[in-house]
Amino acid sequence: MVDVLIGAQSVTKRFPGVLATNQVSIELKPGRILALLGENGAGKSTLVNMLFGMYRPDEGSVIIKDEVVNLQGPSDAIRRGIGMVHQHFQLVPPMSVVENIVLGAEPKKLGLVDLPEARKRVLELVTRFSLDVDPDALVEELPVGTQQRVEILKALYRNAEVLILDEPTAVLTPQETDHLLQVLRDLTTRGVGVVFITHKLREVLAIADDIVVLRNGQVVGTTTPSASSETALAEMMVGRSVLLRVDKTISQPGEVVLEVRNLEVDDDRSQRAVNNLSLKVRKGEILGIAGVEGNGQRELVEAITGLRASEAGEILISARAVTNTSPRKIASLGVGHIPEDREKHGVIGVYSVEENAMINRYHRKPFSLRGLLQRKAITSHAKEVVNEFDVRTPRLDTAVATLSGGNKQKLIVGREFSGEIKFLIAAQPTRGIDIGAIEFIHRSIVKKRDEGAAVLLVSAELDEIIGLADRIAVLFEGKIVATLDAAEADREQIGLLMAGVGVS
Amino acid sequence: MTSRRRAFLWVLVAVLITLIFGFYSINSGQTTAVLAGTVRAATLLVLGAICGMICERSGIVNIGIEGQFLMAAFSAFTVTSLTGSLALGVFAGIATGLVLGWLLAAMAVGLKVDQIIAGTVINIAAVGLTSFFYDRSRSLGVGKYSPIELGSLADIPLIGRVFFSRPLLTYITICLIVLVHIAMFRSVWGMRTRAIGEHPGAADTVGIRVLRLRYFNATLAGGFAGFGGAYLALEAVGAFSRNMSGGRGFLALAVMIFGRRSPFGAYAAALFFGFATALQNQFQLNSTFDIPTQFVGMLPYVVTIVVVALSGLFGSMRDPAALGQTYEKS
Repeated sequence: MVDVLIGAQSVTKRFPGVLATNQVSIELKPGRILALLGENGAGKSTLVNMLFGMYRPDEGSVIIKDEVVNLQGPSDAIRRGIGMVHQHFQLVPPMSVVENIVLGAEPKKLGLVDLPEARKRVLELVTRFSLDVDPDALVEELPVGTQQRVEILKALYRNAEVLILDEPTAVLTPQETDHLLQVLRDLTTRGVGVVFITHKLREVLAIADDIVVLRNGQVVGTTTPSASSETALAEMMVGRSVLLRVDKTISQPGEVVLEVRNLEVDDDRSQRAVNNLSLKVRKGEILGIAGVEGNGQRELVEAITGLRASEAGEILISARAVTNTSPRKIASLGVGHIPEDREKHGVIGVYSVEENAMINRYHRKPFSLRGLLQRKAITSHAKEVVNEFDVRTPRLDTAVATLSGGNKQKLIVGREFSGEIKFLIAAQPTRGIDIGAIEFIHRSIVKKRDEGAAVLLVSAELDEIIGLADRIAVLFEGKIVATLDAAEADREQIGLLMAGVGVS
Repeated sequence: MTSRRRAFLWVLVAVLITLIFGFYSINSGQTTAVLAGTVRAATLLVLGAICGMICERSGIVNIGIEGQFLMAAFSAFTVTSLTGSLALGVFAGIATGLVLGWLLAAMAVGLKVDQIIAGTVINIAAVGLTSFFYDRSRSLGVGKYSPIELGSLADIPLIGRVFFSRPLLTYITICLIVLVHIAMFRSVWGMRTRAIGEHPGAADTVGIRVLRLRYFNATLAGGFAGFGGAYLALEAVGAFSRNMSGGRGFLALAVMIFGRRSPFGAYAAALFFGFATALQNQFQLNSTFDIPTQFVGMLPYVVTIVVVALSGLFGSMRDPAALGQTYEKS
């Protein structure tokens, strides 16, 4: 009987100028789930990359099944029964589920891929582990949660006894997250061990058997869910006390700033995504849109900000019709936008911090005079944004692509907030960023509200909606199925509405 | 989108077939000549397109096909004229193509040179080297590959002349098209090749050696272009002349795209482009129509522009996601 499935013994890894992990030891026993908790840059990814053979430790050793091993690379780790589900899925989108699962270890017949055999083996796995996936679907057509199951199947197909998951829930909806946690539980009953990297406290407490908290490359605590709490874990992670709840006063709503009337918007496949939707957001209040992703949130936000044409209905900002006008015109009315996809609509990665800090206003004074950019004004503005919004960047001319997600997001928030804004639309404002940055962004949004801005908050994180919003609208299949006062909202009830239960 | 595209293609095919039968009933001799010319031109184009397809499916842009054709034609011609053996000439052409394919990989994959520049290097080098070593007094001596009639198949009116009484290399090419099609879409090699062109990172995590496979594929693809060059010198023309590839390596890329990076699709597209070329030749030979030769000469290129533009309108295939990108192990 194996005692330690996989482990690290005092491993140290240095990168130029950084001590990524420092004397870290962990161990995973069969049938258990080990959560590695820590902020971005705490060393979690470096640690698991060493377990998976991507990096070699400078000091210390990796243990697989009670044996000290010297991994030659990922394929060596795979051979020894280690499977990894990367944060960015390693799937080939235009290929089918079966093809993706067997790729690199294909059953063969005369040099041709034996697809019927491959399909049979995949179906066996699907049934044995009750992972619901259509083997013939193309990966690019599957929702993210299902793609992740394909990744898990890929590891199981290679007889993984240890499954390492790097931030598996960062891209999932609450329902998909629940499903994943259930899947992982089932796997452990079959003797598979799971290493689970995350910075989400609720998940850790819900699923882990053992918790290891990392900070600045060191283990700062080892505990179990029963001996811990969200607050305690957050403090360990950040190294200071943090406020998980947002402090805010009761809202003082004023006149209507955003009004949407009977809006109809189509998605990329020309299917109706927003369906006869009407809503109002007033000065000084936060309206939260709750809903499972893919229920029209993206299309709604894009229609309001002018990024997508609407088919019917009206959008008014400060009583001016802005239906199907340009994003620049809409922005010039005092609309700030924190977009859902920060890489695509939020920043230009190859541009510097300085340039990104004013990219929404580059054509206006003081940044541009007579068609020429004004370096001085740009630099001094960027300095203000970076200081005020705590953007951690080595220099102002650093390319934004090299910053962490949290710092990019703070830069976007800083840029949008530094103008005069009457209306703020924030879509998934804290997705994939660490607790410190989340806390900061939440406070900034509430502050903007208190200064009199109307805020439309769209988030897949129910906690975020409940914590920040003054009113909550639940979106289901492109329609608002209920609007509730945040004070009397209840998690269970909203969850049911999000799933379309009780909706006539 | 795909159904519209399909409808567009069917209409195109129907119009062509009607025209062909119409012309055949009026003037069978000329129609047969045009269609035989179509197959002759298509063989070169499809070989180039297969070369481009193997490269692009692996994530490598190969705009050096033109140069690969030219150098291979040159070496095939030279070897045959020196040894008197057509077969040795073909092998020399293939070998030249393999070397140039490997060179492309060495630049684009090994040294991570911009792939467009790497291909251009090959094209420029080909023109320079072949012009420099070109010897006007040399001739093939043994004559080019001559047609082989495939029994009674060759007696079928029109089709028999067009497809079943061709020289050897055309038959080999048709076999290669089928072989590569099966290999690309059914074999382990094909699946891995498509994977490294779409998502090399994913392929790497399952133990596929991305760079090695890219080297192999670019080299292999060069062999197809080399075979094309040999075909040009030893079967289609029977001589070598300066810059004899005449832009057909680039046309092959259009054929590849219009054929959706599949060998069967490429052959259909090659026949279509070949038809335009054959038509042009026929117009120039007979003076029934009083059109200035310059305009007639434009025909294949105008067709290229129109068809490529139209195929874009009707939703062409998406490029492999990692096309043109060098792969760095993380």
